[in-house]
Amino acid sequence: MCDNPSPYNPYQQLDRYIDGLPYKKENLIAILHHAQQLFGYLPDKVQRHIAAKLDIPSAKVYGVVSFYSFFTMKPRGKHVVNVCMGTACFVRGAEKLQQEIEKQLGIKTGQTTEDGHFSLDSLRCIGACGLAPVMMVDGKVYGRLIHPEDIKQILDEYREPALKEGTST
Amino acid sequence: MKLKTRDDLNNLKAQHQVLLQNRRSAQPISVSEAQGKPRQVMVCGGTGCHASNSPQIVEALKAELQRRGLAEQINVLQTGCFGFCEKGPILEVHPDNVLYLEVSPKDVPELVEEHFIQGKPLERLLYQDPNTEERIASDLPFYHSQMRIALRNCSLISPEDILEYIAVDGYQALAKVLFAMTPESVIDVIKQSGLRGRGGGGFPTGVKWELTHNNEANNRYIICNADEGDPGAFMDRSILEGDPHSVLEAMLIAGHTIGASHGFIYIRAEYPLAIHRLEIAIKQAKQYGLLGKNILSSDFCFDIEIKYGAGAFVCGEETALIHSIEGTRGEPSVKPPFPAQQGLWGKPTCVNNVETLANIPPIILKGGDWFAGIGTEKSKGTKVFALAGKVNNVGLVEVPMGTTLRQIIFDIGGGIKHHKTFKAAQTGGPSGGCIPTKFLDTPIDYESLIAIGSMMGSGGLIVMDESDCMVNIAKFYLEFTVDESCGRCTACRVGTKRLHEILTKITEGKGTLDDLDQLEKLGKTIKDSSLCGLGQSAPNPILSTIEYFRDEYLAHIVDKTCPAGVCKSLLRYDITDKCKGCTLCAKNCPAGCITGSPKEPHIIDQERCLKCGACLEKCRFDAIIRH
Ligand SMILES: Cc1cc2nc3c(=O)[nH]c(=O)nc-3n(C[C@H](O)[C@H](O)[C@H](O)COP(=O)(O)O)c2cc1C
Ligand code: SF4
Ligand code: SF4
Ligand code: SF4
Ligand code: FES
Repeated sequence: MCDNPSPYNPYQQLDRYIDGLPYKKENLIAILHHAQQLFGYLPDKVQRHIAAKLDIPSAKVYGVVSFYSFFTMKPRGKHVVNVCMGTACFVRGAEKLQQEIEKQLGIKTGQTTEDGHFSLDSLRCIGACGLAPVMMVDGKVYGRLIHPEDIKQILDEYREPALKEGTST
Repeated sequence: MKLKTRDDLNNLKAQHQVLLQNRRSAQPISVSEAQGKPRQVMVCGGTGCHASNSPQIVEALKAELQRRGLAEQINVLQTGCFGFCEKGPILEVHPDNVLYLEVSPKDVPELVEEHFIQGKPLERLLYQDPNTEERIASDLPFYHSQMRIALRNCSLISPEDILEYIAVDGYQALAKVLFAMTPESVIDVIKQSGLRGRGGGGFPTGVKWELTHNNEANNRYIICNADEGDPGAFMDRSILEGDPHSVLEAMLIAGHTIGASHGFIYIRAEYPLAIHRLEIAIKQAKQYGLLGKNILSSDFCFDIEIKYGAGAFVCGEETALIHSIEGTRGEPSVKPPFPAQQGLWGKPTCVNNVETLANIPPIILKGGDWFAGIGTEKSKGTKVFALAGKVNNVGLVEVPMGTTLRQIIFDIGGGIKHHKTFKAAQTGGPSGGCIPTKFLDTPIDYESLIAIGSMMGSGGLIVMDESDCMVNIAKFYLEFTVDESCGRCTACRVGTKRLHEILTKITEGKGTLDDLDQLEKLGKTIKDSSLCGLGQSAPNPILSTIEYFRDEYLAHIVDKTCPAGVCKSLLRYDITDKCKGCTLCAKNCPAGCITGSPKEPHIIDQERCLKCGACLEKCRFDAIIRH
């Protein structure tokens, strides 16, 4: 997927982004954010590309990627489900919510479904504590998730229409 | 349009002031009197209300007003957080000052018909007093004991329009600092106000500015700490979403005072809406010449850049944060040197929290004495708390320092959810402690919270009830610190893991009395030998729960029970003689460990039971007990 020399080649896009920055090495974290957006994750190859471009050791890039939990070196599913495990959600049943989603998706937190459609993760407080327990799917926040049927309905929205109808693409 | 002088700013303010004059006036006019007058509908656009469809409400309102020919006269705007998140989405109509709660997009046609066509409030969406059942349109009891300084503009103005901020005295404090004060006199005012850091440490802000100012250097920096790492706290996010210009203005003032020409805002990547509003605010401030070169034709030049966090709690610590801005691993370093001496790129740097900064413009305009007149002897002003957990009114509250927990949880928060009993309040997040019932009447400030084994922290306040197990809560926080320890110090890295293991053992019913001593001893060692605040405070949730809830630890260790009914391994499900033999439980047991013939009493095989509770939920005859 990554070596396609189309105008959308993510490596070229990343290079253009880096070239546009007023200073480079100091912006490593911003560059990694951008790269993760383009590639979905930060595999070795991308890390080495960034290291070469910034003229820094790839061990340094790796050191930064591995330090911050926001960065991932594993490919992720098409849709990322994040369950909030902040304190407000924890005392209002976040563990139950997490177990329910694990059951519905058939994977554990930190894993991706076999068809690559969903990844399940946890994060700490998205600031919607009033709606606890809360989850986020691809950046959209859903709250007051007490009933398994509500959760199922939300997850269904993210399933491929084709899959729901039984045909495949 | 670039503002060239202080007069330009004042003219702009005068032009737009009328917009704001009638918002939340002390004597609001009635809904019928407001008929035909220009009106504004302010819809909450904070993260919470956003998630419960407030953008759709805005769209629906605009469309319906258009359809009814009222679009010219009635303006719909998005604001920041109203604070009453429990009842979101919220909207307020001005100048009649009517607050509607729990609005959904499908309420819009009825709302427009009743309020704007018929000229009377739509009763069913007004606040209902839980005791008297009376409907209240404005001045709700939730706001009675509050005092909004840092949150003064949140929900009052549109955060995406600099003109609204200018109309409510925005950038006036900056103008005063640039044209009528010296850096030294600004430092004096801030010192006099008694303002202390709201990020957790409580260090006097005026002193910090003075130290940074006094250090010889050719360059200095100001950093706004918007990392807000305490899980369950959302004060800083709400300020940035609701009133981003107040933070920019304060950074300009700080920059001018300490002699910095560049500022950074370090913000969590998990806050996309706050980032979006900040970006808009910075862009507008540049357009109006309030950021950039020679601001209002003074010789002061200042720029602000946003830097993103990447999900590491320790980066909230100021030295770690500085390393993260420099593009490296966010590990804390030894202090001294303090950032005020040697910070970002080795230059004197002043790191301030979002809420600290939001207090600056009003202090400059109203004076240090005014601020110092609010609060307790050593803690001045107000504090914003993110009230969450088992409380009726989850939300954002701002109260004078010295307010008691009882006032916050019961008067403002409306008491405990589902009529349960209060057990503890947790302040200070993973660095803080659990405060039991006996301290509900302690006036809270920096010192009093430390005296009772907790700390102010950044303002997270989680309420717990009888169904929360304090050992399990302590374990939850330790899991957090184990995850977030950067690993530099052995005591923190290995010690917190060990603490977590012991707690796990206890919640599984395998703990011994010796473990309890171990927790205390090891906790003290970690506190004494860790480099940064994370390790130094990591044992606090354990130490405070052992001190105030020792009985609960003993129940787990000696009696092998969990009084709150939370720790699975210590629970036992039994079928009593109420059993009618309906077989429903047996059909639903995932372990298949319930046996019995139809119409005969059933029995649970304890060896194989997973303690999942499915049987208890299914039984319609109350025949299953958990104990
Ligand atoms: C582990 C740790 C995490 C911290 N997290 C934050 C944070 O999220 N936000 C914050 O403003 N301060 C945080 N602080 C405090 C900062 O180090 C620093 O004291 C503060 O930003 C200074 O600003 P103030 O004086 O205005 O409070 C943290 C400290 C530690 C030790
Ligand atoms: S105390 Fe913990 S988080 Fe702080 S520097 Fe040491 S290892 Fe890192
Ligand atoms: S608690 Fe769960 S596993 Fe145990 S008997 Fe009941 S349904 Fe079966
Ligand atoms: S569901 Fe209740 S009544 Fe029915 S068999 Fe089980 S214990 Fe007995
Ligand atoms: S704790 Fe879950 S949104 Fe804040």
